Amino acid sequence: MSDKETTAPRRLRFEIFRFNPEDPESEPHIDFFEINERPYMTLYMALNEIRETQDSGLQFDFACRSAICGSCGMLVNGRPALGCRTLTGDLPETIRLHPLPAFKLIGDLSVDTGTWFREMAERTEAWIHEQQPFDKDAQEERMSDDIAQAIYEGDRCIECGCCVASCGVANLKPDFLAAAGLNRVARFMMDPRDKRDDADWFEVVASEQGVFGCVGMMACADVCPKELPLLEVYAYLRRRTLGTKFLAD
Amino acid sequence: MTSQLITTDVLVIGGGLAGERCAIEAAAAGQDAMILSLVPPRRSHSCAAQGGMQAALGNCVKAEGDSPDVHFQDTVRGSDWGADQEVARIFAEEAPIAVRELAHYGVPWTRVRGGKNKYFIKGESVEIDEALENDGLITHRDFGGTAKWRACYAAAGTGHAALYAVDSQVVRLGITVRDRVEAVSLVHDGRRCIGVVARCLRTGKHFCVLAKATVIATGGYGRIYGRYTTNATINYGTGAALALDTGIVPLGNMEAVQFHPTALSPSGILITEGCRGDGGYLLDRNLHRFMVNAEPEKQELASRDVVSRHMEQCIKDGNGVDSPNGSHLWLDIRHLGEKHLTTKLLEVFDICRDFAGINPAHDLIPVRPTQHYSMGGVRVNKDGEAYGLAGLYAVGEAACWDMHGFNRLGGNSLAETLVAGRVVGARVAEYASLTTLHANTEVAFAALAAAEARATTLLQREGTGRSVYEIRDALGEVMIGKVGIFRNGDDLKSAVEDIRALIDECSNVVLRHKGPGANPELAFALRLPGMLRLALTVAMGALARTESRGAHFRTDFPLRNDREWLSRTLARWQPDAGAPTLSYEPVGLLDLPPGHRGYGSDERIEMQATIGEYNDAVSAGQVGEGRLATFEPFGSRLRQSQGEAR
Repeated sequence: MSDKETTAPRRLRFEIFRFNPEDPESEPHIDFFEINERPYMTLYMALNEIRETQDSGLQFDFACRSAICGSCGMLVNGRPALGCRTLTGDLPETIRLHPLPAFKLIGDLSVDTGTWFREMAERTEAWIHEQQPFDKDAQEERMSDDIAQAIYEGDRCIECGCCVASCGVANLKPDFLAAAGLNRVARFMMDPRDKRDDADWFEVVASEQGVFGCVGMMACADVCPKELPLLEVYAYLRRRTLGTKFLAD
Repeated sequence: MTSQLITTDVLVIGGGLAGERCAIEAAAAGQDAMILSLVPPRRSHSCAAQGGMQAALGNCVKAEGDSPDVHFQDTVRGSDWGADQEVARIFAEEAPIAVRELAHYGVPWTRVRGGKNKYFIKGESVEIDEALENDGLITHRDFGGTAKWRACYAAAGTGHAALYAVDSQVVRLGITVRDRVEAVSLVHDGRRCIGVVARCLRTGKHFCVLAKATVIATGGYGRIYGRYTTNATINYGTGAALALDTGIVPLGNMEAVQFHPTALSPSGILITEGCRGDGGYLLDRNLHRFMVNAEPEKQELASRDVVSRHMEQCIKDGNGVDSPNGSHLWLDIRHLGEKHLTTKLLEVFDICRDFAGINPAHDLIPVRPTQHYSMGGVRVNKDGEAYGLAGLYAVGEAACWDMHGFNRLGGNSLAETLVAGRVVGARVAEYASLTTLHANTEVAFAALAAAEARATTLLQREGTGRSVYEIRDALGEVMIGKVGIFRNGDDLKSAVEDIRALIDECSNVVLRHKGPGANPELAFALRLPGMLRLALTVAMGALARTESRGAHFRTDFPLRNDREWLSRTLARWQPDAGAPTLSYEPVGLLDLPPGHRGYGSDERIEMQATIGEYNDAVSAGQVGEGRLATFEPFGSRLRQSQGEAR
């Protein structure tokens, strides 16, 4: 880092996709901006600097700016990534930014992930289907810490949509659950508090829209900012659903 | 295309934990609930809570003997006796239920592992045998200012796990969520709140939502401190600003602003208190553990206000670590080992790697106290009803309920969101079931027209001058420089003048971008005046309070003064006034008498009245306001039926 501080800062050139669907005169195009790089600069800092000093109409989304909330997925030189934790220092001087594909565009770099994930959650009934109603006077049900840790691992998905945007199938078939959806399903499948059995799960995931829609390119696993074990998730789901089929026969 | 006027039974502004839990309670009671949120709910700032949620389950060895009563006492001590003790009591008793309910919703709480467990306590590696009969129960970690280990946790992603579980229930119940929508004003007739005017952040269009009950759950106002905050970029204090704009509803204790000891320097990203709870140290430039001398009893785990002051003093004394971005101190968690850091503190490990380029198993973490939490907010009674307007409620960080007083304990905010969501949600549902929709369209359309006119005026104004972003940055510098951890009368007077000048400047601000649609600059320009008014309320409250209590520390009045200041600040902003009007009310009935907190200074100015006299005055005041006597469980319902506010 000390080397970077002593040499002259780089001049970064941004090529940013622009389109405002609310403006009848707006046409999709690329705008160009230049700023000086600063130490430890992230795309969060860079995009805000561009908006605040050069084009205050530029649309993008950030909230936590610490890779927790999942707001700021975007294509960075063609690859889905979280803007907030992408260091410009890891990128060439020319940085191309596009909105995530597979989601509805709101404007410029901003896309509607909220609607996609809500629909996914409704379709897969992504909530605990409990055995008993909550008893506020009872001690909590026991769970081994190993199982709790395994569920937490799947629960860490921040629904940023990077895996969906990177998925060849999800880009062609809007109803494909994609890695985020299937990881969510797997998380509930392994949770002993959820009473759904293998036959129930078969209905949810054993289809073209579910785990058998995946053609195995696994870009999702490469781009996941939380480094979720998506290969294992797909393997787990295939194993569980195939097991169901054999049992049914 | 949204219609200009929509209706619902219960309208919740804000899709974080408090708002969602409240909406669940209302929906489960059969009310039609709608949530408005700036972002998809799972992106709310609740997701950034890391280390834990306090609840006295007493499941592990270091939690033995814990109870809601001990939790209550810790909370009141933490508040420096500024809390409403009845609320703190309700909270402590309900917190275990809230944690278990989250387990029921699916939160993968870390569990007790029966048998030998290795912990770090006060610098020592300790082996403790956890009882086998407790295996599989929800376990606890240590946090600051608590007598027992009490924080329940899911690694360092507790808020994330809680928010996803609660939102899954919102989806299950089919609660309508309108994301990318910002409330811009409350619709009221001077007696009753009947909904809001909102602006769609996709299209830029305004619309009205009318409801029987309206709940403010918009979180804290950390962003008035500019970039000197751990808060997300969306924490503008919108709900508090809307309440202040009514001229009727007061804000409580706005000067009570918490600084978290360990934000990553310089980015301000939170590093959980769980690091110190799990045995981490604070070190100065000489790698000396200065907290051991400063607070022999609690060491790094005194309350946040106390630790933050020791850290700032350490830096003032020249023992900070110099860097191009200013001084900082070190957080050392290397001795916890890589396995612990990549499991129980995984999110901290990731943040250090991604935002500071370091591995906390091998490197020290640069930290500095940074604005973190807003104890102040919309003043509500024990049922969550805002003072002054019927049908208006507030919950969570947006509210001054007031269980935190002048300093919140770590892990108590996450617990508050769920407890208050349950308690207040039940009251909201009850209120909504007993009232009819007051669809006063004349008032609603007048408010809608006023909001649209505000936007149009901004878009049409021509001229030069500083941008909204430059004014925001100037505000942040004033707040951190003059209304920060150490405060004094001269700085605060100067801050008040500075902020008033910024308010004047903002009233003539000119937009650079005037295009149609959401227009992010216009959206910010619409919220900036509210942020400035909140900032002035904070600064004026701090200037008027000539004592030191919790996070409010005056170097010119360094003692807590229970004789004159055992009170809560109320701030109202009369229409067209240039500044808020301050008044005071007692903190509430005293159960635990004011005394030494067990950390920090033991010097104070004692109260003159007896506890009995103080409590008699509180009760008389409450009865005078038409409230039921406070032995009634939640103690604040009005004698008049159906919750006409006072």
